[in-house]
Amino acid sequence: MKMRKLIASWPAVRQATNLADWRGMGRTVQSERSASLEPRTDTADSVVRSICPYCAVGCGQRVFVKGGKVTQIEGDPASPISRGRLCPKGSASKQLVTHGRLSKVRYRRPHGTEWEDLDLDTAMDMIADRVIKTRAETWQDVDENGDRLSRTMGIASLGGATLDNEENYLMKKLYTALGAIQIENQARI
Amino acid sequence: MGASFGRGAATGFQQDLANADCIVIEGSNMAECHPVGFQWVMEAKARGATVIHIDPRFTRTSAVADQHVPIRSGSDIAFLGGLINYVLQGGHDFREYVVAYTNASVLVSDDFQDTEDLDGLFSGYDPDKRSYDTKTWQLAHRRPPAGSPAGAEKASAGYQHGSGGASPGFDGDYEMDPTLEDPRCVYQVLKRHFARYTPEMVERTCGIPEDQFRKVAEALVANSGPERTSAFVYSVGWTHHTVGVQYIRTASILQLLLGNMGRPGGGIMALRGHASIQGSTDIPTLYNLLPGYLTMPTAGRDNNLRAYIDDQIGQAGFWGHLDAYIVSLLKAYWGDAATPENDFGFDWLPAVNGDHSTYQSVLGMIDGTVKGYFIVGENPATGTANGKLQRMGLANLDWLVVRDFNEIESAAFWHDSPEIESGELRTEDIGTEVFLMPAAAHTEKDGSFTNTQRLLQWHNKAVEPEGDTRSDLWFYFHLGRIIRDKLAASTDPRDIPVRNVTWDYPTEGQWDDPSAEAVLREINGFSLIDDPDSSHGGGKVPVSSYTELKADGSTSSGCWIYAGVYADGVNQANRRKPGSEQSWVAPEWGWAWPSNRRILYNRASARPDGTPWSERKKYVWWDEDAGKWTGLDVPDFVATMRPDHPGDPDGPPEQRLPGTAPFIMQQDGLGWLYAPNGLTDGPLPTHYEPHESPVANPLYGVQSSPLRQVFDRKWNWSNPPVNAGYPYVFCTYRLTEHHTAGGMSRGLPYLSELQPEFFCEVSPELAAERNLVHGEYATIITARSAIEARVMVTDRVTPLRLGDRTVHQIGLPYHWGWRGLATGDAANDLLPGVLDSNVHIPEQKVASCDIMPGRRPRGPALVKLVEDHYSKAMDGHPPAHSTDW
Repeated sequence: MKMRKLIASWPAVRQATNLADWRGMGRTVQSERSASLEPRTDTADSVVRSICPYCAVGCGQRVFVKGGKVTQIEGDPASPISRGRLCPKGSASKQLVTHGRLSKVRYRRPHGTEWEDLDLDTAMDMIADRVIKTRAETWQDVDENGDRLSRTMGIASLGGATLDNEENYLMKKLYTALGAIQIENQARI
Repeated sequence: MGASFGRGAATGFQQDLANADCIVIEGSNMAECHPVGFQWVMEAKARGATVIHIDPRFTRTSAVADQHVPIRSGSDIAFLGGLINYVLQGGHDFREYVVAYTNASVLVSDDFQDTEDLDGLFSGYDPDKRSYDTKTWQLAHRRPPAGSPAGAEKASAGYQHGSGGASPGFDGDYEMDPTLEDPRCVYQVLKRHFARYTPEMVERTCGIPEDQFRKVAEALVANSGPERTSAFVYSVGWTHHTVGVQYIRTASILQLLLGNMGRPGGGIMALRGHASIQGSTDIPTLYNLLPGYLTMPTAGRDNNLRAYIDDQIGQAGFWGHLDAYIVSLLKAYWGDAATPENDFGFDWLPAVNGDHSTYQSVLGMIDGTVKGYFIVGENPATGTANGKLQRMGLANLDWLVVRDFNEIESAAFWHDSPEIESGELRTEDIGTEVFLMPAAAHTEKDGSFTNTQRLLQWHNKAVEPEGDTRSDLWFYFHLGRIIRDKLAASTDPRDIPVRNVTWDYPTEGQWDDPSAEAVLREINGFSLIDDPDSSHGGGKVPVSSYTELKADGSTSSGCWIYAGVYADGVNQANRRKPGSEQSWVAPEWGWAWPSNRRILYNRASARPDGTPWSERKKYVWWDEDAGKWTGLDVPDFVATMRPDHPGDPDGPPEQRLPGTAPFIMQQDGLGWLYAPNGLTDGPLPTHYEPHESPVANPLYGVQSSPLRQVFDRKWNWSNPPVNAGYPYVFCTYRLTEHHTAGGMSRGLPYLSELQPEFFCEVSPELAAERNLVHGEYATIITARSAIEARVMVTDRVTPLRLGDRTVHQIGLPYHWGWRGLATGDAANDLLPGVLDSNVHIPEQKVASCDIMPGRRPRGPALVKLVEDHYSKAMDGHPPAHSTDW
């Protein structure tokens, strides 16, 4: 009896005796382990609607979260643009957000040969000081004709095409208020 | 496209490509670079459309196209000009559309001289300033206008209104000839200008045989008209040239002549390469623009708000409300501090006075004038033309802030770079202080991206960022907060703007993140008059359209073209009604600017009398019973303006245009075949050779664009044109598995495994000529650098026959750098910094080079190789000024 059961459990026998799966593509080739597996998407705590961060097609994404971690990212079938599809980059975006990310501020002092640790609040304060100092040292009130400039040419910024509209808005607003004009992004490149 | 149609953005949406009867993809490898969007091209093909791919390389786009046409990089204007010539010579234009909706019938000034008359130059060229005076380009006034027309008396200016190329000065009263026979009318000027762009000339310039050219021309003509439409698709294969804007102009002229604009299955689809690159020009992080394509004030010209408005306000069309847009922006920036008495704080805006684009900033770093630099989600050390110039700039800063996921090349330049390797720089000598800040990913923050079709789509925060990782919204909000705290007691007048700027965003979550929705609400704008209506909960009511904005300071809006994205107090960008539950236009998924319109200029989808051109291409039409425009989309028109509205010269600006004028951002409401304003380098596109080309210009005595911006200086010398030292053409491109300079892909194991190594594509013929072996290394050399790549010998790249000579092209994917998992040399190191004069975009898609078998030398020998090769090419002469070429 035992032997019979063992033989019946062989995938080849199961495949041969189950005509519905004669090609061996379904349950007949499952092991006990693979039969008990379930997709990460089934056990997620929440599913969050998102948009792919790579190119500008704008594919819909569903971000699966469990225990405060992103466990899977899939295409959103509801999107009228992408209809559930993602390309190789979009499909790899779970790795983009979870793999090998830097999570601490790194600091390199002038002429230094190594990265150093730096507290985030200290870094923010130091950056603010440098903005204020550079701005003061490079301020231009007027041009050679006496026309108003009200600006600094000592500070530049590059970035925006990978950011959110709201981020670009705050950047441009802050820089403009500070009189920094050399504010650019990938659209120029 | 701004200069031709009024808005510098894709004119339709990706799904609509499925309605096209013919799709021409040129300057884009859509199947590999925008694979998911490409499903709509395949959908069109399945419905019977003809798909044509014009590209230097045979790619996966070519593989599924009906026709692949190999073209020499940098010769697209000659090809498209040939198509225009074919249309005009054969009388194949869509005449009723052309007469009604374009400026074909308007007469050009008697003083205008064309490139036909001046061997490649237009009238008004000043060789000392290398710029044009546009006075002679103007249209012929029937009677002298009151005052001198703006735009005349001035040097040419590139379009600033990406969302409205028209410059002021149109008084709606020009000489016209609707028969299009007057030799001075735009149609005839166009016909003469393109007369020499014959199929034979196309073959000699582009390397495209006459039969292939004719096949494309015939397909386009057969698939345009009342019953059929054709679409164009392009990406940076068109923009990355010294004449990139004119590439797009040429396609715009062609699409207007064929009557394909504003209609389903028509238009020009600009495919952008980054998630929100459209958004970053709409709400610009660009030096020359304020949100909504308002210009930054220019010193000396815009000395006060009145002068700024008077200089730029449109006489007709929606730019006629520029005063409402700028005042509402000033109210968003300065809040209660902006009053009519102080010009709404206009004087608190800094002023520009020239080109302050990113290339100028890099030169400023090298020269020591730019001292502090923020790099936010970009990687210029490998991602921009001439990486050495970028890195030399980084190495000469006082301080640098890099915000990214990892230590990218632009953060590591001080200890890991080609210049450290070659000995040109030493870590200890570099004084730059570097702050590398971990940035949050899209899953860790709320916010909106504007995709390639002007569609704002919201992404919701899924998890909190870890450690010191923060969103860029957090970074800029708190940086501003700290700076404002430090300057709170300042009495210096220069600190007034930063003290007055509205910066009171509510914060949330464990890291005190500013609310992205609150920022979006400010961008949308609201009435500043309290509404006691309880349905809005009282307080300030969000505006639902830019038409509600006022010039008296009673409304606020951070970006007028985005007004409506927060209509009814609802985040419209976060609408997610499934595509399967609505029409194919899917108006309830996200929100598109302007006013949720999916196809721009869609009034042109109807005849002048308001009825559809055909049942098959029905889209927006006039409903006489309802007294308004209706259809499948939001009409891009004054909804109640009758098609027979004659244009009311005394009405508000939008009412001054007639009911037959679909291009509502233009002063005359017309599509511009001929652009008297808005472009620096000519009212019509002209074929110029790329800055570096092994070919002498077959069309004119002028070799390259006379207005291109060059920087002849150390580390940026140019390869001389038609020079045996640099005999080949190379073209950079993208692969499916990597993203731009690799910052978001080379660190990922999956993607690095799929495309592990830098390679160059060469034809079997070139491989034989230079002894290159498939799978082994080759060294590619220019005046800037020499890099190595694995050789891929493939007939996907084919030598081109230009008359009696052959041109070889080399394909280089530009994703690599020396950090991350998949490493390799950076193709962008080969390129010179040389720019388009309209938009200051570098020519990154074509340059000349030499190629030899084997790996490049290491250390100082690399520098010597590059210098020796250049010296030999120059025959021992010192570096020359490339503008003389």
